[in-house]
Amino acid sequence: MTAPTISGDIAPPDQGPAVVVEGLAKRYGDFEAVKGIDFEVGAGETFGFLGPNGAGKSTTIKMLCTLAKPTGGRARVAGFDVVAQRQLVRRNIGLVFQDPTLDTYLTAAQNLQFHADLYDMDRATVGSRMEQVLQMVGLWDRKDQQVATFSGGMKRRLEIARGLMHSPRVLFLDEPTVGLDPQTRASIWSYIDELRERQNITIFLTTHYMDEAEHCDRIAIMDQGEIRVLDTPEALKAGVGTDRIQITTADDDAAVAALHSVFEMEATRSEGKVTINVAEGERFVPRLFAELGVPIHSVSVARPTLDDVFMSITGRTIRDAEASAGDRLRAATVGFRGGR
Amino acid sequence: MTTTEPRPSTATLDVASVRVTEGGIAQDIRAIKVVMARELIRFRQDKIRIASALVQPVLFIFVLGTALSSVTGRSMPGLSFRTFMFPGVLATSVLFTAVFSAMSIVWDREFGFLREMLVAPVRRGSILVGKALGGALVATLQGVLVLLLAGFVGVPYNPVMILTLLVEIFLLSFTLCAMGLLIAARIQQMQTLMGIMQMILLPLSFLSGALYPVNNLPAWLHTLVMLNPVTYAVHPVRTAVFAHLDAPAATLANINPPLTWMGWHVPTLLQLALVVVLGLAMLAVAIRQFNKAE
Ligand SMILES: Nc1ncnc2c1ncn2[C@@H]1O[C@H](COP(=O)(O)OP(=O)(O)OP(=O)(O)O)[C@@H](O)[C@H]1O
Ligand SMILES: [Mg+2]
Repeated sequence: MTAPTISGDIAPPDQGPAVVVEGLAKRYGDFEAVKGIDFEVGAGETFGFLGPNGAGKSTTIKMLCTLAKPTGGRARVAGFDVVAQRQLVRRNIGLVFQDPTLDTYLTAAQNLQFHADLYDMDRATVGSRMEQVLQMVGLWDRKDQQVATFSGGMKRRLEIARGLMHSPRVLFLDEPTVGLDPQTRASIWSYIDELRERQNITIFLTTHYMDEAEHCDRIAIMDQGEIRVLDTPEALKAGVGTDRIQITTADDDAAVAALHSVFEMEATRSEGKVTINVAEGERFVPRLFAELGVPIHSVSVARPTLDDVFMSITGRTIRDAEASAGDRLRAATVGFRGGR
Repeated sequence: MTTTEPRPSTATLDVASVRVTEGGIAQDIRAIKVVMARELIRFRQDKIRIASALVQPVLFIFVLGTALSSVTGRSMPGLSFRTFMFPGVLATSVLFTAVFSAMSIVWDREFGFLREMLVAPVRRGSILVGKALGGALVATLQGVLVLLLAGFVGVPYNPVMILTLLVEIFLLSFTLCAMGLLIAARIQQMQTLMGIMQMILLPLSFLSGALYPVNNLPAWLHTLVMLNPVTYAVHPVRTAVFAHLDAPAATLANINPPLTWMGWHVPTLLQLALVVVLGLAMLAVAIRQFNKAE
């Protein structure tokens, strides 16, 4: 490893973006997992990577965290180059991986102490810092228990606490809530939101839960190794432009035909409902009742969700995308050599 | 889901209060120490492993040793076969423990903890050095437990002998840990590991002369024994034990002949140096492997 010696002031100037990515690419053999992406994350921002299984989210994070070498392009994290200045990048980032990385034989405190020593933290502050981060995730009274006795949510929280131990400038969270029940997911998010408010920290996270992406300042939707769109959640939803109206009718076939002939709209049918996408759906409903000519039993109007954003951009729902990525994913799990 | 997740506390995290100090050799030493400490904590917790690692020497000495002494009795007058076996069994048990300890890095990978270590801002070399030294320490501690059995087979608890043995055992363990790390660097799965352990550990111990005198062997076997690095650790261990036995000198000399290279007696210190140099070389290669891996 060509580790530059760390000397002088290790903290780069505070101004400037937390993450800068230019043409970043990763190729595994013939397969391009990440196909040359560009983006910037501002300091203090909470930035989300959203995409189905196999989109390349983890691969991108691994490159930003110096765990994988890019095969193309460049990236700077906290002001340092992820290839040439690996140690400096590592010193300034905190990580919570998609897969757990705790030593379950050790206690919570021993895990944090291990981290503090590896990161060469000032010994005088380790104790108080440990208390701070454990208090924050509500595990202070459990600090001397073996991690093996922790629930999945507690382990995740401990990993978040550990990622914060050395006061990183950028915290990477790769699917921080994967595999957790909805209640625990919500609690993890309350910690993350808390963190955003109180800390001058940049958070870079990935998820494939659409609702979670709403917590971010900006999100990038990634699919098949490319960033398809990058904006605030509000702007993305506004960009879809249409609301979704679902009706149940006395005769769905007639309704679909009437929507086509009367309103020139293409409707889709699923689960006993007829769905159409229209701008300003609420204003359209009265006309629908007046002119459709087929009795309507119920109607619902939905504002666009990030699901709709994903759909409008990729032409698939995120669940379809997951299903088609399933085979690739399985191959990846078997072939993955970097250690989980 | 009746448990309610505790609310975030209101304590504010004070970012400025923590400074990560500058790098350098002190940082490497700290990393080495904490990786070693972890090995010791885990060893201490694993009572079953400690116990099971004692079963093997007990079986070897008291079952195999007793059974074989009826066959071999005449070839070593004045010395029980159990006593003869003791140093070899000590070395063998250390061999197993050391390689197991080092290969725990494959477990670390399997359970993700390796990644926590690899992404830290320290040289990967310090992590591997810590792993090797920690594993060697654990194996040496295991050796101490085996040494406790000495009195049962007529080996005196002589302080000089014990000290010599501990140093020799530590050096042997270090080299074996380095070997374990080197192998583990290329292994991704636990299953592969188990197979490889079987393939390597038994030949290493069987071909080391740990369990039989190396004189009077057929030429092919003698050659293999002389090529096995473990031989050069077993011989010093046996020499140290035999120096303190109350047995006919002729018998001892007969069953512990000096190791020779084309007639030249290889001195004990050179044997140990060989073992250490080999260990350092393997550790260096292992570090390169881990540095190359992403
Ligand atoms: N070490 C590897 N060798 C070969 N292919 C890989 C490797 N790592 C990842 N891939 C491939 O790269 C693609 C992107 O994987 P990645 O883990 O980045 O996806 P992801 O977006 O994080 O998905 P998930 O939501 O499942 O975590 C996958 O198709 C996978 O097969
Ligand atoms: Mg992933």
